[in-house]
Amino acid sequence: MSSSSPPAGAANAAAISASEKVDGFTRKSVRKAQRQKRSQGSSQFRSQGSQAELHPLPQLKDATSNEQQELFCQKLQQCCILFDFMDSVSDLKSKEIKRATLNELVEYVSTNRGVIVESAYSDIVKMISANIFRTLPPSDNPDFDPEEDEPTLEASWPHIQLVYEFFLRFLESPDFQPSIAKRYIDQKFVQQLLELFDSEDPRERDFLKTVLHRIYGKFLGLRAFIRKQINNIFLRFIYETEHFNGVAELLEILGSIINGFALPLKAEHKQFLMKVLIPMHTAKGLALFHAQLAYCVVQFLEKDTTLTEPVIRGLLKFWPKTCSQKEVMFLGEIEEILDVIEPTQFKKIEEPLFKQISKCVSSSHFQVAERALYFWNNEYILSLIEENIDKILPIMFGSLYKISKEHWNPTIVALVYNVLKTLMEMNGKLFDDLTSSYKAERQRTRMAPLQGHPKKPRLSGRS
Amino acid sequence: MSRIHSCPCFFRLCKGCGGSIRFLSPPLFWSLDVQPPQWGPRGGLLQPGGNSTPPLRRSRSLGLGAGRGLGAGRGLGAGRGLGARRAVATSLRRKNMAGTAGPGTVPGAAGGDGDDSLYPIAVLIDELRNEDVQLRLNSIKKLSTIALALGVERTRTELLPFLTDTIYDEDEVLLALAEQLGNFTGLVGGPDFAHCLLPPLESLATVEETVVRDKAVESLRQISQEHTPNALEAHFVPLVKRLASGDWFTSRTSACGLFSVCYPRASDAVRAEIRQHFRSLCSDDTPMVRRAAASKLGEFAKVLELDSVKSEIVPLFTNLASDEQDSVRLLAVEACVSIAQLLSQEDLEALVMPTLRQAAEDKSWRVRYMVADKFSELQKAVGPKITLNDLIPAFQNLLKDCEAEVRAAAAHKVKELCENLPTEGRETIIMSQILPYIKELVSDTNQHVKSALASVIMGLSTILGKENTIEHLLPLFLAQLKDECPEVRLNIISNLDCVNEVIGIRQLSQSLLPAIVELAEDAKWRVRLAIIEYMPLLAGQLGVEFFDEKLNSLCMAWLVDHVYAIREAATNNLMKLVQKFGTEWAQNTIVPRVLVMANDPNYLHRMTTLFCINALSEACGQEITTKHMLPVVLKMAGDQVANVRFNVAKSLQKIGPVLNTDALREEVKPVLQKLGQDEDVDVKYFAQEAISVVAQRLRKPDFPAKDSEEPSAPGADKNRFLRARGPEEDPGKVQRESAARAASEEAVEMARFRGTDVAKGPAYQLHVNPRDTLAQLEIADLVHFSQSRD
Repeated sequence: MSSSSPPAGAANAAAISASEKVDGFTRKSVRKAQRQKRSQGSSQFRSQGSQAELHPLPQLKDATSNEQQELFCQKLQQCCILFDFMDSVSDLKSKEIKRATLNELVEYVSTNRGVIVESAYSDIVKMISANIFRTLPPSDNPDFDPEEDEPTLEASWPHIQLVYEFFLRFLESPDFQPSIAKRYIDQKFVQQLLELFDSEDPRERDFLKTVLHRIYGKFLGLRAFIRKQINNIFLRFIYETEHFNGVAELLEILGSIINGFALPLKAEHKQFLMKVLIPMHTAKGLALFHAQLAYCVVQFLEKDTTLTEPVIRGLLKFWPKTCSQKEVMFLGEIEEILDVIEPTQFKKIEEPLFKQISKCVSSSHFQVAERALYFWNNEYILSLIEENIDKILPIMFGSLYKISKEHWNPTIVALVYNVLKTLMEMNGKLFDDLTSSYKAERQRTRMAPLQGHPKKPRLSGRS
Repeated sequence: MSRIHSCPCFFRLCKGCGGSIRFLSPPLFWSLDVQPPQWGPRGGLLQPGGNSTPPLRRSRSLGLGAGRGLGAGRGLGAGRGLGARRAVATSLRRKNMAGTAGPGTVPGAAGGDGDDSLYPIAVLIDELRNEDVQLRLNSIKKLSTIALALGVERTRTELLPFLTDTIYDEDEVLLALAEQLGNFTGLVGGPDFAHCLLPPLESLATVEETVVRDKAVESLRQISQEHTPNALEAHFVPLVKRLASGDWFTSRTSACGLFSVCYPRASDAVRAEIRQHFRSLCSDDTPMVRRAAASKLGEFAKVLELDSVKSEIVPLFTNLASDEQDSVRLLAVEACVSIAQLLSQEDLEALVMPTLRQAAEDKSWRVRYMVADKFSELQKAVGPKITLNDLIPAFQNLLKDCEAEVRAAAAHKVKELCENLPTEGRETIIMSQILPYIKELVSDTNQHVKSALASVIMGLSTILGKENTIEHLLPLFLAQLKDECPEVRLNIISNLDCVNEVIGIRQLSQSLLPAIVELAEDAKWRVRLAIIEYMPLLAGQLGVEFFDEKLNSLCMAWLVDHVYAIREAATNNLMKLVQKFGTEWAQNTIVPRVLVMANDPNYLHRMTTLFCINALSEACGQEITTKHMLPVVLKMAGDQVANVRFNVAKSLQKIGPVLNTDALREEVKPVLQKLGQDEDVDVKYFAQEAISVVAQRLRKPDFPAKDSEEPSAPGADKNRFLRARGPEEDPGKVQRESAARAASEEAVEMARFRGTDVAKGPAYQLHVNPRDTLAQLEIADLVHFSQSRD
């Protein structure tokens, strides 16, 4: 907050404006400065009153094979003890012992065969649960903006990372048997795992993504449950809280899940697409997960082309009204969809779709206009347009013609010029007709500006 | 498409390119007597251009209501980019304003003679399916007018079915529709027909958008009261059951809010069914539904028979309170308050307390937060005995919770908790069981916790009495007054009155002063603003001597603050001080210093003088105003900055009532007349306005007659001064407003791109009335910096 040395110039005014800047507006920098002090968080509610001190156990590799199993379990139990990482000076020795033990465990399960025996599953899952399942701490910054702000990192990461590492090695071990593990890795377990996706720490979410992916792959009985819970998380995100940090990661997993759906698609999956994925486009922080979301949508359409029409109509319904940044994303998604669209499907949606595109090309935000005009660089889209030129040209003509004369941005004007040229080459006659009728219309509106409010030229409406 | 276009019905369903299958349901063919003859089925409505012009123009004028209605859009939480949406609203509003001034809206411009009364209705109906969302929205908001015009019969048979089909529309329209339908009973023929409203509301209660759904439920609840008991069972209860067993979670969540309104009026058999449905929703496998059920649990419990509460609600409560999702568990805490009120002490102890204890120790901080947040309600609900045994220990834990959020919520409740303890033994309990924890919170690491505590801690002094306050609380207050966080200090200062009553403020004054001075100079203007607001209070408690000695200079310094809001607050502050300390004090200390600023090189400071005079004149009375203030104001009429001059006109208008008629006639009038001839249009305008007000006061027959010779003074009749100014009378005003707005917007826009340098241009100095908007405040400030040279 301290206003640093005022810049050269009128000393008085500069000093005031420096403090002025703090007033209300440039608070972000102040906030960031504060945040750097404490960018770590953790929540272990009344973990254990008095901390038991850890004593190092003998190394696993030094034990005889009879003792090894026993020692393994002892070490797992030892690792169930949690430490307070918000207090960076407490229990330093014990923390180090636990870290070393976890490291040893990771190495043990990944290098040795036959160590994951039936009796160990219970202890393994117990150790994992004890460490990773916790209530996530309240966000340091109530209006946390994932795009702008630094995430709060998990303070106990030095241990938790190793536990995740161990968990992954465990799941990926050739000795791992889902039939035994399913007694411990059950619905409740998965539920808690999914809640952790809200973690602000991207490192943790990345581990969780891989873990959940493995679980989905190995536990057939949990698949429907996992999908349903993700569904619930998303619905809550869309309609209740608008806040969930792990949306992108969950969508990424879903992308590969959708990829594996059998055909014909079940009604449940279609419902998920229409009632969850499409409304998800309305979210405020769309930019954070749009790539993954668009991938999921396109995956669906590749599976079942008949979904194209409802999907595009859905996107048109939720088309951003004022957020240009989102509009650019929508246009990107539309292009991805058009890339895989079937010509018969295209015919069904061309009219509403191109009405929207025609609005976008005449957007005064040049990025929106530019993104829409780039469609004409896409060979496949061009061929679709050409096939349906008699429908599309009348819709597009008015706004293209208008912006070719009026748009403030020279790049856009140049692009439009090219697009008009392309369209003219596709159907010169129609183009000329439209030009003359457009001019006549304009003439008319110009002649009669005083008699009431003339209708906007509605070339698009009549076809 | 073209076929639909030629469809003669009003509700031509053409807007929905948004694509719904419902949309293809057979459109209603309306008999056409509502339409005016010149705009019939063959008429221009269906052809672009030509005949359609009049309705179009009409529709513009009907769109005028838009400005007000637009706020609704803001409420749609889950929508797309809210701030942005507001921007659209403003731009639309502006367009509509432009429409007001336009010539096309003269009443009666288009319209026949016979059916003219129905003409606007036809336009509204037409707009129900306009392509423009805004027009649809406007029309929906006037739905009652439409229904009134159609009559109850046709509203039931035609309008409602149409509305039921509108469900695919934009959420904003649906929200407005849901709201309207709640008040529709009278328009469909009274309670006997209230059930006709259920189908559209049922559909609305199943849409995805939460805001719409909630509104639909609200309307349904409203309508349920209007049903006769028979109709309730025949129509309403089946609807609730349908919703409760709907496929998609939205309908089930909506159902949760409807049980409690139909239960009390239902027969026993139906009641059992309702309970059954509620039970199953409480264990629904979608957490959204469980959340909805948990949030309505308390409300439902209240309408149930006590036996059912014990046998059914309590188990549901226990289940929800141990739900796997913390978002469900925390809602159960809320329900706990209502349930606890219904049960006897023994039942409470046996049925509810184990769950509540568990909630206070929940592993999720959100649940603990909720317990802390609802603590006072819980305390009242469970009664004093359980409070002492259970709640106090729980509260202690919450005060030292590991999450700052929980501690802050608990700290907020300290005062209420203490107040609500039984008076007998209260002091001992607070001293031994609460105060030790409070002492620790004073030095908490989290500033939110400290400021939460600071906002209530002063209240304890009245409960603990003088001695305890001095011995135990005072050190805490003093510590908090020195806290590094301004909010903490501010919270202490803002509650000084509580302490004043108990021990007098003198005890604190030595520590207060540095704290106040520091806050008064804080870099954040909001902090400065907050401390100004407490100045009158402080002044009253500290006394005039202390004030003159220590605080007066602060109050004067605020008058030349670089933020307008501070200067404005400072002028109001002066007024309140004068009310407190009297006119003599004002004349000696305040007035001279204010008047000196009239010669300040900075025009903003000169204007501050005027604003101060506006505020002070009444409090100071006629003598001071006439003798000291008026000459200064009159002198400023010759200021070179137009803003100062038109503020002189405004000031003269304001202080007019305080002056006697001689002064008005001899001194004020000539100056105003001169200003009325000013070259600047704004100065002229405000001078005219002031003249008309002053003239009214003088009520001299010759005064207005003489004035009427002036070119811009309208007419000779003195009543005309009272007449509201229509746009045609003062065409300049609209222009001026829009010009000022455009200028300010431009300036803000430019300032954003170029930094404060923009203000160097003199263009923004004029025509910006700094009292208009916040945006203009900023400009005023910007201008000020560049002006400091002159």
